Amino acid sequence: MILFVVAVAVLLSIVFALLRAFLGPTVFDRILAVNSFGTKTVLLIALLAAASGRGDYLDLALLYALLNFIGTVALLRYTEQAPRRQEGS
Amino acid sequence: MSLAHLFSTVLLGTGAAMLIIGSVGINRFPHFYSRLHAAGVVDTVAAGLFLAGLALYFDPGLVTVKLLLVFVFLLFTSPTACHALARAAYSSGLREPAAGDDR
Repeated sequence: MILFVVAVAVLLSIVFALLRAFLGPTVFDRILAVNSFGTKTVLLIALLAAASGRGDYLDLALLYALLNFIGTVALLRYTEQAPRRQEGS
Repeated sequence: MSLAHLFSTVLLGTGAAMLIIGSVGINRFPHFYSRLHAAGVVDTVAAGLFLAGLALYFDPGLVTVKLLLVFVFLLFTSPTACHALARAAYSSGLREPAAGDDR
């Protein structure tokens, strides 16, 4: 029962994140909304693991947490206007 | 309702409340950097409460280790992503408006 209530709360917060993604004036607001959306998806997957009683869904949640981070950083590298000083090269 | 389930309900409920507060915070704050702070802080805390609540929901075993691993990765990646976001926004010339006149 509690899992259902909490899942509704997570879905509600996903709607708020999408609202910010839609309204966000700057592109970075949208990236922020996408990043927080991904984190909430990780929580939803974990909830699904609890609801279905199968512990191996948590590997998906783990994978999604990593992919979300890499996606955000890749998106940031793409949307950054000022060229970064090439520290490495 | 065993004790573990009771604690798990409390933790999950607090995590859900923090999650909604964080999402409302993302929408309510006037400028990007304050939104970034709201999202970064609350997401990590809400995820921590969530995963702790789920850890109590399951009976201890491999699942608890997986939940702990998910939490550790979220703990490392979420602040780092927020830092990269702030750095990219700052180097792209996004500046906070002078204090007081929030658009």
